[in-house]
Amino acid sequence: MKKVYSNKLTIFLFILPALLLFLLILVAPIFMSFYYSFFNWNGFGKKEFIGISNYIELFTSGSIGFPKALGNALLLAVLSVGIQLPIALGFALLLGKGRKGERGFLSIYFIPVLISTVIIGQLWLKIYNPSYGILNVALRALGLDKLTRIWLGDIKTALGAAFVPILWQYVGYHMLLMYAGIKSVPTEYREAAMIDGAREGQINRYIVLPYIKPILKISTIFAVTGSLKSFDLIYVLTNGGPLHATEVPSTLMISMLFLRNRYGMGSTIAFLLIILCFAFALIIGRIFKDKEG
Amino acid sequence: MSKDIINAVNNDIRKDSIPARKFKVKEVWVYFIFIFWALINLFPVYWMFTFSLKSNTEIFGENVAGLPREWLWSNYERALKVGNIGRYFFNSVVVAVSTIAIVMFISLMATFALTRFFWKGRKRMNQFFMLGLTIPIHASIVPIYVTLSRLGLLNTYFALIIPYSAFSLAMAILVCTGFMQELPMELDEAACIDGCGAWGIFFRIIVPLMKPAVATVSIYTFLQCWNELMFANIFISDSVHKTLPVGVQALSGQYMTEWGPVGAALVLATFPTLIFYAFFSKKIQASFIAGAIKG
Repeated sequence: MKKVYSNKLTIFLFILPALLLFLLILVAPIFMSFYYSFFNWNGFGKKEFIGISNYIELFTSGSIGFPKALGNALLLAVLSVGIQLPIALGFALLLGKGRKGERGFLSIYFIPVLISTVIIGQLWLKIYNPSYGILNVALRALGLDKLTRIWLGDIKTALGAAFVPILWQYVGYHMLLMYAGIKSVPTEYREAAMIDGAREGQINRYIVLPYIKPILKISTIFAVTGSLKSFDLIYVLTNGGPLHATEVPSTLMISMLFLRNRYGMGSTIAFLLIILCFAFALIIGRIFKDKEG
Repeated sequence: MSKDIINAVNNDIRKDSIPARKFKVKEVWVYFIFIFWALINLFPVYWMFTFSLKSNTEIFGENVAGLPREWLWSNYERALKVGNIGRYFFNSVVVAVSTIAIVMFISLMATFALTRFFWKGRKRMNQFFMLGLTIPIHASIVPIYVTLSRLGLLNTYFALIIPYSAFSLAMAILVCTGFMQELPMELDEAACIDGCGAWGIFFRIIVPLMKPAVATVSIYTFLQCWNELMFANIFISDSVHKTLPVGVQALSGQYMTEWGPVGAALVLATFPTLIFYAFFSKKIQASFIAGAIKG
């Protein structure tokens, strides 16, 4: 038995396909993106080494507008943590207490997560449509004509209008994770607290929340890194417009690559995004750890 | 005497009834909120189904949110014939199924080496693979695009299947490890005594017992592939190989003023997921939980 299970060649053969795929598609490209970020390159011709000029240009050039795009993504991250997660947590606590029909409601709330973001985006495009969209139609029907807007076409409202579906779509996802955590709280804990006379709010505050802290950490990391990476819905709804009002780093990266053929600059944005995602994941992990101590 | 009893009973009723009524009022509010949020989540889906069956005159004024007065199935015919949705649907299936097959096979092999074999550094190797859970797909877009175009592999199924497989690998290994660790080593020993080698144990004993892991990983991988936009949008530009998200995107650009066929395309792209979800909601939810929470 031991002999069979310590044969080096067999181990190597079993692990090789996964390792190759992993190294070639996930690991190597990170280093390649880092390498490309020091070049001025249109993807096909000669690469011209320009040091850190891409990084400098990215943060100083007004025409690229990277700081604004990053600011938008960070705003989305703040809104996700400040609005999306509390809604999810609130529902998860209400559902997890053990109410009739809780699974049914949870299943309904999860539906938007399953639907492709392109479909969600297309539906919201139609909801926001200035002349026929259900939002403006409803406002007109209520006699609130003054409130109707060209939601996605107006610089003032576009960012907010684009963020609503993003925040809405993933509430169910976080809710599911939190609900699963809440359901794993041993019933004895709950009962003991109830015998001691704790009210529902106290049970949630002192028993449930500390218990599901690892899940709150995961949700926070996903919400923040997901916001930094956000692409699909912005791409479908506005593609960064009008006048870059809804630009996020990902849409900027795609337009650098495929509209302006600036592969070096695109790689610079990609690399910065990776670093930011890792950095935020680490920082959030640290914050949750501090609270434990 | 009897008065006292009546009083006591009345007091009891009062005692019970006051908190009970409070409780009920609160419960009503909770359910009111539940139903309100459910409607917000269901409305877009309901609206999509209804306008996919309506004519422009109904959508644009007469009957915005109600059930269609005249059920216009021709919208679906046009989405399929003119909009090419059938082809995109087929492409999405090919890509998703191939990806699942590759991910399953490769991750089961790797997990086998990581959980059953004795070797130094297998813990390290496992942690290394788990890094994949946090690497964003953005990281690889430029290098993979450049490589694919040099190899002339843009606009092929291959261009999507390989990256999708790679990005699903970490989650697959995570889930498979959880299940495989629970299989007792006695199984392997018995098989070994019966003359099975490592490959025999893997294919005859382990793989057949991994059905729950296969189901979990397949569901998760399927949904990731079915809904993915960024890679599909960039690596595929000819309509022969477009997957549903890209195809639907193209179709809605083509039919700016006619919502019916677009709605039909949206429904066609969504209903497999929804029907599947209607039957296996618990299993699907479990796969999402498994994908998020490390053992």
